Amino acid sequence: MEGCSKITEACPQLLDLIPREREWLVKRADERSSEEKKLELRLGPPGEEWSLRENAKNADDRERDESLLSLGYFSNGNQHTRKFSSPENLQPGSVWFNQQLSQQAKATPFLQFPSKTVTTRQSLPVMAKESSQPCCTKVVVDLQQSAEKKAFSPPAPANTAVVPSSSQKRTAPGSVVGWPPIRSSRKNLASSSSSKPVTDSQNESPNKKVASEKPVETCKKGMFVKINMDGVPIGRKVDLTAYDSYEKLSTVVDELFRGLLTAQRDSSAGGIMSEQEEEKAFMGVLDGSGEYTLVYEDNEGDRMLVGDVPWHMFVSMVKRLRVLKSSEVSALSLGSSKQGKESTDEMRRKNFAVKILF
Amino acid sequence: MVISKKPRSQNHYPNPNFMREDRTEMSEDDDRSSPSDSVNTIDSCSNKTTSGSTSGSGPSSIPEYQAPYPDQVLENVLENVLCFLTSRRDRNAASLVCRSWYRVEALTRSDLFIGNCYAVSPRRATSRFTRIRSVTLKGKPRFADFNLMPPNWGAHFAPWVSAMAKAYPWLEKVHLKRMTVTDEDLAVLAESFFGFKELVLVCCDGFGTNGLAVVASRCRQLRVLDLIESEVSDDEVDWISFFPESATCLESLIFDCVDCPINFDALERLVARSLSLKKLRLNRYVSIGQLHRLMVRAPQLTHLGTGSFRPSEDVAQGEQEPDYTSAFAASKSLVCLSGFRDIIPDYLTAIYPVCASLTSLNLSYANINAEQLKPIIGNCHKLQIFWVLDSICDEGLQAVAATCKELRELRVFPIDAREDSEGPVSEVGLQAISEGCRKLQSILYFCQRMTNAAVIAMSKNCPDLVVFRLCIMGRHRPDHVTGEPMDEGFGAIVMNCKKLTRLAVSGLLTDRAFNYFGRYGKTVRTLSVAFAGDSDMALKYVLEGCPRLQKLEIRDSPFGDAALLSGRHHYYNMRFLWMSSCKLTSGGCQQIAQELPHLVVEVFNHEFDEDMGNFVNTLYMYRSLEGPRDDAPKFVSIL
Repeated sequence: MEGCSKITEACPQLLDLIPREREWLVKRADERSSEEKKLELRLGPPGEEWSLRENAKNADDRERDESLLSLGYFSNGNQHTRKFSSPENLQPGSVWFNQQLSQQAKATPFLQFPSKTVTTRQSLPVMAKESSQPCCTKVVVDLQQSAEKKAFSPPAPANTAVVPSSSQKRTAPGSVVGWPPIRSSRKNLASSSSSKPVTDSQNESPNKKVASEKPVETCKKGMFVKINMDGVPIGRKVDLTAYDSYEKLSTVVDELFRGLLTAQRDSSAGGIMSEQEEEKAFMGVLDGSGEYTLVYEDNEGDRMLVGDVPWHMFVSMVKRLRVLKSSEVSALSLGSSKQGKESTDEMRRKNFAVKILF
Repeated sequence: MVISKKPRSQNHYPNPNFMREDRTEMSEDDDRSSPSDSVNTIDSCSNKTTSGSTSGSGPSSIPEYQAPYPDQVLENVLENVLCFLTSRRDRNAASLVCRSWYRVEALTRSDLFIGNCYAVSPRRATSRFTRIRSVTLKGKPRFADFNLMPPNWGAHFAPWVSAMAKAYPWLEKVHLKRMTVTDEDLAVLAESFFGFKELVLVCCDGFGTNGLAVVASRCRQLRVLDLIESEVSDDEVDWISFFPESATCLESLIFDCVDCPINFDALERLVARSLSLKKLRLNRYVSIGQLHRLMVRAPQLTHLGTGSFRPSEDVAQGEQEPDYTSAFAASKSLVCLSGFRDIIPDYLTAIYPVCASLTSLNLSYANINAEQLKPIIGNCHKLQIFWVLDSICDEGLQAVAATCKELRELRVFPIDAREDSEGPVSEVGLQAISEGCRKLQSILYFCQRMTNAAVIAMSKNCPDLVVFRLCIMGRHRPDHVTGEPMDEGFGAIVMNCKKLTRLAVSGLLTDRAFNYFGRYGKTVRTLSVAFAGDSDMALKYVLEGCPRLQKLEIRDSPFGDAALLSGRHHYYNMRFLWMSSCKLTSGGCQQIAQELPHLVVEVFNHEFDEDMGNFVNTLYMYRSLEGPRDDAPKFVSIL
């Protein structure tokens, strides 16, 4: 058919493209060992990869590559000159980015933000796969092909904030917003189908491969709520989409306010709180046993105790957070506020029903 | 009859038929699982066929018609004729003949379709068309589904519903897609349209169960309440209980996306008193045991979406379970099955009795493997629409190909939607489908690896393809056997599939692929491009070569201002152009905005992307009769 012959005609031209790419690969190999090169996956802000392909010969680009975040993938436990942790040692939260990056101030915010959460979610499963033999070579081959495609270079030196900004766009290194193009309602099927059906599937996921990702998180771009603490004039903000459990939230609260608390106590009491005392202050922030209690204001304006409802429901309802002294909490009779909320709800519903029926 | 040519009404600017976009009855990006699902929009003419009288002296014989013009006779006749026109494309053409035809067409049109809610204002639409019974509105562009659009961008239903409340008291049907609808909007709707019959909300957001409760209780003539892929907030309202206590007119109740617990007893009673109910799709809070009770109540169902396909937790192990198989056997009218969330695969065999009559089966939430699929699919000889997860692997697809010779639409979704996941399906599955399902018209296929050969095979084996969407999830992946770009495969598709109107591409693609699209894609209306192309030439090929192109969505591809400007001759013919993370600068966008005043050129930069340098983060532009909208949020700049 006519179409076919055209395709075969076109082929010779097509093949011409490939040597060019290989040439470019070879050029890059000059810098480092080719093996390292093959196994390196690079990241940068979206939209930059074509400049590398077009300007492959541009030495400046290559220099900029150095400053990029690099994820090292390794096969069969090869050790590289850059110290990556081996798959066995990999733990949630371990930093396994290029050592060079630590020199780059711009890289640090990126590391802080997703490192604790992101690596557990997205990166780990990839590592786990690496260590199983059959997939290994295939993954490596894929990387060879895709390594140069995924390489980016920053657009201009002035964009020092490029890295943290890209972190906002990506939920994990190696993944891009909105890609693959699947609606959030279709995500997480591997984990949800084998876990409990009706009750909210929380943090536990029986599925080994995929760490649980809350559907809520993939929808929201970052949900910042204000958090204030009694006695501390300056409030902070927390991004709830970065956490998937109350425990993590209370850890964060702890971190946020511990310093402030210490500072204030120092200035007022004139002494230094021991670490133990500090810890005591924040322990039990969720169950009311500590000195402080975490409460929140929901979308209806009611003040609620944090921890009663399932996490994702909490995230959808919470508008602000507050850390109160536990003594004050009972004074507010939060215990009855739950009932209070229900009756408020009831009232609202009734009012609403009344409104619509008349 | 002789009709003298009269000058066109000024409402037609821009001349290149701003309604020319409406070439099809059904939108091609309709994600519902069965074409027979699409609600019938044709009901206009019933009251117009009363008389064909041409005497025309004095008032016409058709009630409620007032024609202050002398050529009243002519218009009476016209009206009787034009009322038979149902296709909006035909109607648009008729309205351009002359002023008289324009007027009569406007009077006889009963179904209003607006593909971009910002292309025309509610006021303009309601003043032109005065007798509308059914409205279809589409808001956000499709990429908004994938978090590429910041929230609160717009597409509010509110101004529409308030305009329609005044203009169309007899409105019966509202169909919205990707619009923001609030509970207040639903309340206005429920209170304004006495005979309201059908509400269909696809990919909408902004409302909750409060709004549903209002609709359920106030719309006493409600026949259809379809909530599809929408985000519904849980206001903890038992909305099911708000339906009228007496027998209802309900024919279709679809709420699988309403992710909150429901009052099952109320639902059961509702089903029992809804004798016309044909379509029921439950959410995952309904267990299989509860499903059984509903099926027993409603054996007349034609479309059933199960809830969780497993018993609820309070059913003890070994407890006597109802006979699900016989419930399915008793549902002799079932032609469409979906749901199967949280499935325990053992239960799947219960649907066996209906397989032979099924025309549509949606297993895209069911994590099953090939062995579990085979006994079911082996009996589905009549199947035309099949949605499934790639957990069935190539082997499962081979089983589909072996039996489902009538297959028209196939969608294979990834169970693990990440770029570097395993990828249980590949070119093997695609090849098998192309060989077994020759009547295939629409395919959506997610995979991790693909070959040109398989795609070329499909282009030859399935000449009826209208929709071809292939998503190779790893970006820039070439043919994994030859290492070549995927140009030839996609090129073959546009070359060989003469009816192709929708194309979504992926994998490693060079400018050559786009050259093919421009040369052969003469019927293509919708094109989705991601991480593809080498240079501006690619986009130029498409903009210059595809005259029917209406919707173009591009992300993360190296196209710049020159390419954007090369399409200036065509943008008034398009519904919209979306380009995100490309190489456009604000200068280029500014220029196109100046050259084409009837385009609304929206540029947005997310807060976090200010450091894109000179490049614009997202360009979304569309033709409009209204100029810049006044409800744009801060992050949108309209040039």
